[in-house]
Amino acid sequence: MDLKDKLISSFMAFENNVDVEHPVHDVRMAAIKNFEEKGFPSKKEEAWKYTSLNSLQKIDFSIFPREENTLEYKDVKKYFLHEIDSYKIVFVDGIYSSYLSETTHDGVDICLMSAALTKPMYKPVIDVYFNKVASKDESLTTLNTAFSREGAYIYIPKNKMPKKPIEIIHFATGNEASILLQPRSLVVVEENAEVQIIERHQSLTSNDTLTNAVTEIFAAKSAIVDFYKIQNDAATASLIDNTYVDQKDKSVVNVHTFSFGGKLTRNNLNFYQNGEYIDSTMNGVTILGEKQHVDHYTLVHHMQPNCESHQDYKGIYGDSSIGVFNGKIIVDKIAQKTNAFQKNNNILISDKASINSKPQLEIFADDVKCSHGCTIGQLDEDALFYLQSRGIPKKEARALLMYAFANNVLESVRIPELKTRINKLIAKKLGVNLGFDL
Amino acid sequence: MLKIKDLHASVDDKEILRGINLEVKAGEVHAIMGPNGSGKSTLASVIAGNERFEVTQGSIELSGEDLEEVSPEERAHKGVFLSFQYPVEIPGVSVTNFMKTAINESRKAKGLEDMPAKDMLKLIREKSELLEIDRKFLSRSLNEGFSGGEKKRNEIFQMAMLEPKIAILDETDSGLDIDALRIVASGVNKLKSKDNAVILITHYQRLLEYIVPDFVHVLHNGKIVKSGGKELALELEEKGYDWLKQETAV
Ligand SMILES: Nc1ncnc2c1ncn2[C@@H]1O[C@H](COP(=O)(O)OP(=O)(O)OP(=O)(O)O)[C@@H](O)[C@H]1O
Ligand SMILES: [Mg+2]
Repeated sequence: MDLKDKLISSFMAFENNVDVEHPVHDVRMAAIKNFEEKGFPSKKEEAWKYTSLNSLQKIDFSIFPREENTLEYKDVKKYFLHEIDSYKIVFVDGIYSSYLSETTHDGVDICLMSAALTKPMYKPVIDVYFNKVASKDESLTTLNTAFSREGAYIYIPKNKMPKKPIEIIHFATGNEASILLQPRSLVVVEENAEVQIIERHQSLTSNDTLTNAVTEIFAAKSAIVDFYKIQNDAATASLIDNTYVDQKDKSVVNVHTFSFGGKLTRNNLNFYQNGEYIDSTMNGVTILGEKQHVDHYTLVHHMQPNCESHQDYKGIYGDSSIGVFNGKIIVDKIAQKTNAFQKNNNILISDKASINSKPQLEIFADDVKCSHGCTIGQLDEDALFYLQSRGIPKKEARALLMYAFANNVLESVRIPELKTRINKLIAKKLGVNLGFDL
Repeated sequence: MLKIKDLHASVDDKEILRGINLEVKAGEVHAIMGPNGSGKSTLASVIAGNERFEVTQGSIELSGEDLEEVSPEERAHKGVFLSFQYPVEIPGVSVTNFMKTAINESRKAKGLEDMPAKDMLKLIREKSELLEIDRKFLSRSLNEGFSGGEKKRNEIFQMAMLEPKIAILDETDSGLDIDALRIVASGVNKLKSKDNAVILITHYQRLLEYIVPDFVHVLHNGKIVKSGGKELALELEEKGYDWLKQETAV
C-alpha cells in the first residue's frame, strides 16, 4: 500500500479516537476529501519542481504511535534553550509529555491543542480561528488538518505578554520503526499582546521520520510575534513545515528559520496582511552539507495599503546539498504604498552543491516599492587572502567569512541566549572554533 | 631579512613580475615607486603569499627560509605584514573581534595560549591611541563603509597590533589627509626598530619626508629599473618616469 492509501484508510481508525460530533470534525472530513483528491504533490507542479517527495512515500511509516515513549530530561536537555527559563510544550512521538513540559493558564493559555479541540471553554477561540488561515486546498496542509488532534495551543489575550519565551519541541524516538508525525498548532495573539516562540523538531533515532506540521498564527492589531524555527535535525528526519500567518493592523510578525540539518525540509511560509501598517519579516539562515535538501517556499500577500514585508534568506551550501528558495510576493491593486523587500544570498562551497533561487512577483498596485535580489557566489578570494595575510588560517578565515555572511540575519534575533546558541550552532556547523566569543 | 632573487610571477599566464631582485636588511626602509600597472602591488601580494599569482621562477627568502611552500597565514606568523592598497570590507566582523582572532591565531601558531582578555583590551587601547583611532570605530564592521583614509589608518592600526618583522605598506599614503598622514607616519616611525624593516610603496615624495627611506627603487614593467638613495625620489618627482622608461627601452 502506498503512503496515500495508507493514510486514507487510517482516517477511519483515527475517527474512533476523536469526537466526531465536534464541529472541528467536519473540517477534518472536508480536509481528508481534499487530500484524497489531490494526493501528495509531484514534481510536475511548479511549486514542487525542485523537491520530490517520492522516496518518502515509499517508506512504511507508522501513522499512530502505539505506545507512549518517555525521555529523561538530562538526555534531551541540550535541545532546550536551557540557559533561560521558558514555558515548554513538549511532545514525544506526537504525544504530549507532561513530564518535560511547563504549561500555564496564568493570564495566558500555553497548553495543548488536544485540550483546545475538546474542552468547551476553548470553543469560542477554536470557532473563530481554527483552520481559518491554513489552506483548504493545499494537499499537505489538508492532510494535516484531517488528522489534527495534537500540537501547541497558545492564546495571549489583549495587552498580555507571557513572562518568558515558549519552547515547542517535538521529539521522535523512533522506538517503533519509521514514524509520521502531524502536529497541529494554533497561536492567537490578541490586540497589543506579544509572544516569543521557539520551535524545534528533533529526531532521536536513525529510523526515518517525517513530520508534516501546520501552524496557524493570528496577530491582532498591534500584536508582536517572534517565531524562531530551529531545524537542525538528524540525517534521517524530514520535515514539511506549513506555517500560515494572518496579520491585522500595525501588527509585527517575525519568523526566523534556521535550517542546519535534516534530510529533506520544505518550509511553506505564508503571510497574509489583513490590515494596514503591518510589518512582516521572514529571515532565514541555511547551512547545509552532505545530501541535505531544504526548500524555502515563501508567500507574502499584501492585501491592504501601507504595509511592509522584509525577507532576508542566506544560504551556505556544501557537499552535495541542495537549496531552493522561491519567494512569492503578491501586491493587490488596493495595496498602495506597499514596501516589499526580498533578498536571497547564497554561497556554494562545493562544486556538487546547488541552489535554485526564484523570486515571483505579482504586483497589481502602482505605488509600491518592491525590491528583490538573489546572488549565488563563492567566497570572496580577496577577502580570504586579506584574512589569511593577518595570520588567520584558511579554514578559520573561510568560517569567519561565512559567519559574517550569515551574521546580519542574526541581528534581528531578540532573545540573546538564542542568538548565542545559534551562533554556536553556526560555528559548529562550519567546523571551527572562532577566536572570539560569539 | 628579506631576499628576493630573480622573481617572476604571473597571473592567468600573463607575466607581471619579470625578474625582481631586492634585498632588505633589518633596520632598513625601502621605497618602491613606479608607474601605474608596473607591478608594485603584485610584488607586495606575492611577498605576502597571495596564491592568485603563480611564482614561475626565482625565490623569496625570509631570514634565510625559502617561502615558496609557506601559506599567507604562516608568512604572517613569521612576521610578514601587508597594508593593502585596497583593504577588503568584511561586513559582520568587528575590528576588535578580527584583531583578537588574528592575534590569537598567531599565538596559537607559536604554541602560546590565547592572550588574556585584559591584556588584549590594553593592547587595543594602546595601539588605537597611537593612531588616534576613536574607540567607537573598533566595534564597527571591518572596513565596511570606512572612508578611504579610515581604511588606511586601520591598516596601520593592525600593523601596530601585530608588530611584524617586515611591513609592506602599499600606497598607505594615498587617501590620507595631511593630519592623518602625519599621524600614520609617526605611528610607523614609532614602530620602527633596528630589528624590523619597512617597504613603502608610494607615488609621492611627501610620505618619504616623514618616513625617510634608505633606498628608493623604481619598478617598471615588472622589473626594478633603477635603485638609489632618497634623492632618487626627488628626482622622480621632478622628472616623472619617461626618462627611465626610455633608458630601459634602450
Ligand atoms: N588578478 C589579475 N588579473 C589580471 N591582471 C592583473 C591581476 N592583478 C594585476 N594584474 C595586472 O598586473 C599589472 C600590475 O598590476 P599592479 O596592481 O601590481 O600594479 P601597480 O604597480 O600596483 O599599479 P598602481 O600604481 O596603479 O597601484 C597590471 O597591468 C594589472 O592589470
Ligand atoms: Mg598598486
